[in-house]
Amino acid sequence: MADEIRVAIDSEADIVVARQQGRTLAAELGFSSGDLTLIATAISEVARNIVVYAKRGEIVLSHANQGSRRGIVVVARDEGPGIPDIAQAMQDGYSTSHGLGLGLPGAKRLMDEFDIASQVGKGTTIVMKKWARRHG
Amino acid sequence: MEVPILKQGNYLIATIQAALSDAALLELRDELVERVGRFRARGVVLDVTVLDVMDSFTARTLRGIAHMTKLRGARTIIVGIQPEVAFAMTQLGMTLEGVETALDLDGGLAALRRRTKGGGNRGR
Repeated sequence: MADEIRVAIDSEADIVVARQQGRTLAAELGFSSGDLTLIATAISEVARNIVVYAKRGEIVLSHANQGSRRGIVVVARDEGPGIPDIAQAMQDGYSTSHGLGLGLPGAKRLMDEFDIASQVGKGTTIVMKKWARRHG
Repeated sequence: MEVPILKQGNYLIATIQAALSDAALLELRDELVERVGRFRARGVVLDVTVLDVMDSFTARTLRGIAHMTKLRGARTIIVGIQPEVAFAMTQLGMTLEGVETALDLDGGLAALRRRTKGGGNRGR
């Protein structure tokens, strides 16, 4: 199992690659099939955010360990224009690109942890985590 | 064209075969809107069984397909949304409001037959 998977996001076709890689890694980590879909959907949203606003960037997928908990970490990073008002961007229904405005707030709902840092003119980094539920 | 579109009576049946890029999905939309006119179709069944992810872009585009074909005189029914996908869409806050859905291809065709008179293959 690779420790870290990096997917370059240069065009919308890479969105599909990123979410498929994420699904594969999450399956190896033992997530349920329902969780795999949530994770893949969240990756799709943040990857699309890169394509729409920054044109290019990367998605980095890795393991999360915290005590006995295991999970997946998804980092979405770009050097695009940045987000001037993060609170606004995290509001449901807010979009500057004629989308549904569900991308970032939606991704946050699908994952267990969601952190976003952005600087205008420098870029945006989103770190999301989801923990595998223990079975039995 | 990545998605084959079959003509059956007055209906068009489009079955997605694999994960689609945004460009392929938009191509499908344009193709369906055009063919509804070319074949004077009354209904469209769009089978998304194979999709393991329905993100906000996909949902918005499916909604667009349904609305555009309706403006051209055909009803579109989306079929085959998987249970995990339905769960994720709900969590994401996505709705396919105003879009007709059915469980599977059979359900979609049956719904079209009920709603559009004289369509499809008769005498089955």
